Amino acid sequence: MRSPTFNVPPNIAKQFPSELSLTMFERMCMFRYFELGVIDAVIKKEITYPVYLSSGQEAVAAALSTEIRDYLIFAQHRAHDVYLTFGGPPERLRDELLGLSSGTSQGKAGSNCLQYHENGISMFGHHGLIGENVPQAVGAALGSGKNTVCIFGDGAAEEDYVFAAMGFAATHKLPVLFVCIDNNLSILTTVDVRRSWSITDVARSLGMPAVDVADDPWAVIYHTRALSNNLPAFINCYVCRGYWHVGIGIDATPEWDRYKKVEEELIRLGHEEAIRVINEKTRRFMEELWDRELLLKPLEK
Amino acid sequence: MGQRTVAETIREISRRHLEENNGILLGQAVTAVGWVNNTVPNVEGIIELPMTEVAGAGIAVGAAMVGRRPIFVIRFQDFLILNGSPLINYAAKSKELHGRSTPIFVRALASEGIGPVHSGVLHSIFMHFPGFRVCSPMTPGEYEQAWRVFMEHDDPMIVSEHRDSLQNTDEMEDATHEKADITLYTISSPRFAVGRAAEMLHKEGIICNIVHIVWLKPFEVMGRYLEPLSQSKLGLVIDASFEICGASRSIAYELTNNTGYPVKALGLLDKTKCLCPPYQNKVPDTQVIYDTVMNILQ
Ligand SMILES: Cc1ncc(C[n+]2csc(CCOP(=O)(O)OP(=O)(O)O)c2C)c(N)n1
Ligand SMILES: [Mg+2]
Repeated sequence: MRSPTFNVPPNIAKQFPSELSLTMFERMCMFRYFELGVIDAVIKKEITYPVYLSSGQEAVAAALSTEIRDYLIFAQHRAHDVYLTFGGPPERLRDELLGLSSGTSQGKAGSNCLQYHENGISMFGHHGLIGENVPQAVGAALGSGKNTVCIFGDGAAEEDYVFAAMGFAATHKLPVLFVCIDNNLSILTTVDVRRSWSITDVARSLGMPAVDVADDPWAVIYHTRALSNNLPAFINCYVCRGYWHVGIGIDATPEWDRYKKVEEELIRLGHEEAIRVINEKTRRFMEELWDRELLLKPLEK
Repeated sequence: MGQRTVAETIREISRRHLEENNGILLGQAVTAVGWVNNTVPNVEGIIELPMTEVAGAGIAVGAAMVGRRPIFVIRFQDFLILNGSPLINYAAKSKELHGRSTPIFVRALASEGIGPVHSGVLHSIFMHFPGFRVCSPMTPGEYEQAWRVFMEHDDPMIVSEHRDSLQNTDEMEDATHEKADITLYTISSPRFAVGRAAEMLHKEGIICNIVHIVWLKPFEVMGRYLEPLSQSKLGLVIDASFEICGASRSIAYELTNNTGYPVKALGLLDKTKCLCPPYQNKVPDTQVIYDTVMNILQ
């Protein structure tokens, strides 16, 4: 099942306009450079709180962010990618990680509890209790009638209250898109050790359309497009976590590097120059964002 | 006034909230088995939750996060152990953590004498956690006040109801005397027993002040609580929940701390509430209150 090409239609990238593909890549790129800045700040001990990095997994959030608009967003603890690709300002996240009052929760919540409620974005903060966002997303869809996206991990999928809440969404036909970011890990324990069943099968048996798909962003858009007209629905995305569960360490080379694969695909499609420009622009932007002198000023206070 | 029962008051508040306020009411079996002792109105906006205690509470919290000010009905307080996580871990923390409130009105009903998992009074646990308002209204007027406070603020609120109060139509006034021997502070259902206990004690020549406590958290130490104590110089806090780590001991401590006078606590024994008498570990009744005061004064 789990593979970098699972349920990815052949030559799928070609079916999408270049503009959309490049927007998606730009968001992935911006996110990657941001987390490189985070890693550097952790090494330099400017960030002293735990950080939950999503590098390696970001293609799914980038794909979703181009496809679903005006959704209420309920993400989990590992959500730098969701926050940034959906348009959360990088400087507010940086400040949150630094514990500054200009952060997204005045520096009180940190990496695993991101929220943002401005500029037309409604991203509700997590508290770090795994799976808690799933019943909340369902209740928010019930209470508001608005389209809602709920993003959680393969570990969260096992929480008893998670599929109970998905069942409620099915019963009441609530407009929720459930997205499982399946990195095959709950901290360091792989799925096969933890359970014999598939959350996609569970979702299906609850009465909602459900698919497994690798994190190829074009394939994610393709399936999201089909599912989002038929909510509630469930999509399980196979991804590879690049770093430790918490912190900036690396255990082993991930099974695949989606970022590199997307770059290669864009080059194949003739966008070499465009991605060079995006890379360069983003790198410079993030260098300024994480500029040591600027950073150290508020930190000295 | 004086005609409406507590149950009718709750039903009318709920009706107003659902019909005029864009409110929402969620719970299990709220439209069956007598509409939760006739406290739930038959109007639009009622959501029957399946038997998913944790997810159900999380769904109610989600509705609160988008501003619906849900009324979440829990038919037996014991279930709060299951329902508690989204309330404690999310609703009560979101304001301090994110600056965003999650106002939810939790109607938690208590009962007496129906066994180990249907007779509990759990308000003490919620006093323990930051972020909640906790109250235990036993009269129509107190219930109206609880609702008013909920609507005027944005905190999640635990309303510790008791089935013994639902048919009550009377308000309860404090009773203070110039030469009282002891001040009895009462919470929840023992409030219906304390008057008779005081009468029995009076026959023995013991004069009791009676002070009713509705608001458990925040517990505001006010003149109404302190003045009778500074005169009687001895107090007893009586509650329907367990005494250890419970509201009775916590409030007794506050009162002693503020006055220097000894204040004792009387709650449930550290024993399971079994179904059959004499193992029910009942809420302090008239006789128990009488005996406790006699013991203290000896
Ligand atoms: C209710 C709860 N149980 C356990 C934990 C400890 N914990 C934190 S993250 C995590 C793993 C979650 O795995 P998953 O949902 O797949 O997300 P991932 O970390 O892989 O992104 C665990 C077990 C927790 N925070 N909350
Ligand atoms: Mg995982």
